[in-house]
Amino acid sequence: MSQPTEFNIDHVAQLARLALTPTEKAQFAQQLGDVLHHIEQLGKVDVSSVEPAAHAFAVYNVWADDIPQPGLTVDAALQNAPAQRDHMIVVPKVVE
Amino acid sequence: MIGLEVHVQIKTCSKVFTRVATGYGEPPNTLTDPVVLGLPGALPVMNKAALDASIKAGLLLGCEIAPVCKWDRKNYFYPDSPKNYQISQYDQPICLGGSVEIELPGAARNLMGEHRQVALTRIHLEEDVGKLNHGATDSLIDFNRAGTPLMEIVSEPVMHSAEEAFAYLTSLRATMIYGGISDCDMEKGQLRCDANISIRPVGQTTLGTKVELKNLNSISYVSAGIAHEIKRQIGVLERGGTIVQETRDFDGTTGTSQSLRSKEMAHDYRYFPDPDLMPVKIDASWQDRLRADCPELPFPKQRRFLERYQIPFTLASVLIWDRGLADYFEETARLCGKPQMAGNWIVNDLLRELGASGQTLAQSKVRPSHLAALVQLVDSGAVLTNAAKEIFIAMFASGETPGAIAERSGLKAAPADTGELEQWCRDAITASPKALAEFKAGKDSAINAFKGPVMKAAKGKANPKLVDETLRRLLAQM
Amino acid sequence: MADLIYQPITQLAAALDAKQISAVELTQAVIARTKAVNGRLNAFNSFDEADALAQAGASDARRAAGQGRGALDGIPVGLKDVIAVQGQPLTASSRMLAKFVSPYDATVTQQLKRAGAVLWGRLNCDEFAMGSSTENSAFGPAVNPWDLTRVPGGSSGGSAAALAAGTTVATLGSDTGGSIRQPAAFCGLVGLKPTYGLVSRFGLVAFASSLDQIGPFARTVEDAAIVLGAIAGHDERDSTSYRATIPNYRAELGGRRGPWKLGIPKEYFAAGLDPEIGAAVERAIAFYRSQGCEVKPVSLPHTQYCLDTYYIIATAEASSNLARYDGIRYGHRAAQASDLVDLYARSRAEGFGAEVKRRIILGTYVLSSGYYDAYYLRAQKVRTLIREDFLRAYQEVDALLTPTSPIPAFKIGEKSDPLAMYLCDIYTIGVNLAGLPALSVPCGFTSGGLPIGMQLIGQPFNESGLLAIAQAYERAHDWHTRHPSL
Ligand SMILES: [Mg+2]
Ligand SMILES: [Zn+2]
Repeated sequence: MSQPTEFNIDHVAQLARLALTPTEKAQFAQQLGDVLHHIEQLGKVDVSSVEPAAHAFAVYNVWADDIPQPGLTVDAALQNAPAQRDHMIVVPKVVE
Repeated sequence: MIGLEVHVQIKTCSKVFTRVATGYGEPPNTLTDPVVLGLPGALPVMNKAALDASIKAGLLLGCEIAPVCKWDRKNYFYPDSPKNYQISQYDQPICLGGSVEIELPGAARNLMGEHRQVALTRIHLEEDVGKLNHGATDSLIDFNRAGTPLMEIVSEPVMHSAEEAFAYLTSLRATMIYGGISDCDMEKGQLRCDANISIRPVGQTTLGTKVELKNLNSISYVSAGIAHEIKRQIGVLERGGTIVQETRDFDGTTGTSQSLRSKEMAHDYRYFPDPDLMPVKIDASWQDRLRADCPELPFPKQRRFLERYQIPFTLASVLIWDRGLADYFEETARLCGKPQMAGNWIVNDLLRELGASGQTLAQSKVRPSHLAALVQLVDSGAVLTNAAKEIFIAMFASGETPGAIAERSGLKAAPADTGELEQWCRDAITASPKALAEFKAGKDSAINAFKGPVMKAAKGKANPKLVDETLRRLLAQM
Repeated sequence: MADLIYQPITQLAAALDAKQISAVELTQAVIARTKAVNGRLNAFNSFDEADALAQAGASDARRAAGQGRGALDGIPVGLKDVIAVQGQPLTASSRMLAKFVSPYDATVTQQLKRAGAVLWGRLNCDEFAMGSSTENSAFGPAVNPWDLTRVPGGSSGGSAAALAAGTTVATLGSDTGGSIRQPAAFCGLVGLKPTYGLVSRFGLVAFASSLDQIGPFARTVEDAAIVLGAIAGHDERDSTSYRATIPNYRAELGGRRGPWKLGIPKEYFAAGLDPEIGAAVERAIAFYRSQGCEVKPVSLPHTQYCLDTYYIIATAEASSNLARYDGIRYGHRAAQASDLVDLYARSRAEGFGAEVKRRIILGTYVLSSGYYDAYYLRAQKVRTLIREDFLRAYQEVDALLTPTSPIPAFKIGEKSDPLAMYLCDIYTIGVNLAGLPALSVPCGFTSGGLPIGMQLIGQPFNESGLLAIAQAYERAHDWHTRHPSL
């Protein structure tokens, strides 16, 4: 298993879009280091011939027919929007 | 080398993971529900029709259909992505392999160019994102498009030129339209293309650095963008520079491209199986049901038209791109028994009138039976070509049968009075002893020299077939 | 009727049918009780008196017209604040959603409305259901009615505290790693986590999608069967929903008498188990034996890996499920952000509490490039082994009997170390990984007067059997008739 020392909190926080304070970073790095250390023991389990379980019960082909149903009104869709204009959600200018 | 990633919106009534309606051009945020908006607690449910369409696309392109495929989450933050993950397929896509047959431009317009198979890597199904409208100081999001079923069709990096890429897209687009999978209207974003381009200088065996070109949102931009990028990369190398792995945005209006973000900051999408969705098992009977619904594709159709109807490439190459037009042609040819004439009328006259009037083929009042009747009138000599053109235009406007129009407007070939015709023919033969001698000597085409004067005498209304017969009868007696 | 607030559904429904009380009177009693004690308990994030009374009035009108809808018609039921109710707040006890009002109903909400229940209150919980104590609520910790210095358990602590304190008649919680069963044990209630897929998750704020399941808290096993009957069943809006006809759990209770074969997994009685809890559970085992049940030791050899497997899978799924809380379409948006990336990072930093951030970081890490195979994929494989352990045991026994929690309700603030807190869940998380049904039923009190719960773990989709086994114990004991003095 990977060593917890490889845990780069800045990189992970950036991926997760979380602005952490230096205190939080130090604290989380230490706490999660402990958790990851605990998790190390999973490496001992022989899983060489084991299928991964993505679901508790494997069921296939769960779908619906292509029949449209009513959705939300614009007002309901935007009722929780922090900022809106012209029935659209406003965000800071997106520059790629 | 060029590889294309093409996103094709599937034509379904409802979205891929929820049942709110799909649509284009609706007022902003009127096609949403809790699932589309990624509200707390919302869960996805697959749309069977989107699966059917993807499998059908795979069958049409000769892909291997996965016996089992599953759904993965592609995690990245972007404001057009409501959940900040896109439900997509990572390591078990619905279709693998396959190819798109392309036709390269021929040496001349009337010559068929080389055909080639462009190998596909995979096709996977995913959900479309919303649309960002960029303002001066902020951006506005409309989620109407979010959740529309989207196929990502990925080619191998095997194309060599902008022409090949153009031919690939043309063929792929026609295939999707033929299969009823998508309308592929690029203006509406139903087909979107990104290109991966790397150049390999002559004599070098390894591929150069790959540059991704985005926003090639019309077929002509694809050609222009790729040509521009190839030129740009050659330029960089010639100046002794190196190609940077990056994503560039092509601006079709200026014909230039601009670097977006360097790929060193490569995304870490953290793909993992979506626990909210169950995998899909595709058995042979499901495939068979869809296969039965697969149409003949443009190029096989072109080969059949050339062989069976013996029509020239110039006609076949026009008829095949539109499934409705090709069917129209076949029906007309069947009814009149004159494929080439039918093809000419369709390609020259019908398409011209449709274009001028802005009608679609389906809207046209000229049905195959009408056109077949007209072809037969011309073929039998009952109507002359010039008159037939007038009849066609009248028929296009009114939807009447050509026979009725010819009758009403006196456009039928004259004269029924063979006595008069016989006299004109005798006069013409007498007036040209030289042609008479040549004909007697065995030069059959010399007969044409008499036809002009006969037509002139008949003021253009003589039935050419009858003129020919009469002349031959008289000549045989001389 | 005296002391309305501690009556089970069965009694109240009979009284409502007999017109001894009205739904409005019952609702008023519950409202009054809530107002009297919630200041000390903090079990409710919000409640809507007028709305509840209107629902109760409608229920009375139905009964008067002879159109009563059964046992739940007119019964106040509280929902954990992670279950959507149209027009009501849905906060997940997070600052992120402090002002969020749901524009739609969860499926269970619709089912309860259809059954005539009076939806009463949005119940406090750990933020986004992450925690074992309800201390991780942005709106302050909920408190255990049996001892106001102690936690009610978590994450559905508000659902347990509200019911134990008589502020409602039944509640719904959600259980991802024990979040119904452990607070039920801490508060002296019946808490049932159904088989994964039995109850729709549509409208449940997702924590870990492959583990989450909604279930009832109730005063009695029969009450739990009544609520389960209302909320179980296939939902076409949840792809993981189980397709089958649902038995009448309440009716089936009467028909199932045992004796049963019970398995005692030795790994669940290891070091760290509070001796008083161990003794109480041993007495329960002795009871079943005395009833003719065959009790045999079994082994679930991968138990020691449950915690790690759980924290990898749960946090990975959570990191993705919680990505949608970004301040764009809804939820908290940071006021001062220089650009879009900054807006995301600040909104999320301001909107989420420490435990949520910690789990998002862990989950993001275990999925990140280069680590997926070592963590997530491996955990999914171990999950298979854990499930196989249980299924192997079920070849020999009908159900498993264990303590619900190794410890009774602990002091608020006592467990500041995340790992220590995570260890509270060691007896409950295996069930979620295996997708099994399990319930906690009261089985005694500590010398300090804190409730003790035992856990019964059943076979997939055999909730009827599980409830019957629990009821056999409940009928012979009176733990469930005791109430905290508040
Ligand atoms: Mg791609
Ligand atoms: Zn894509």
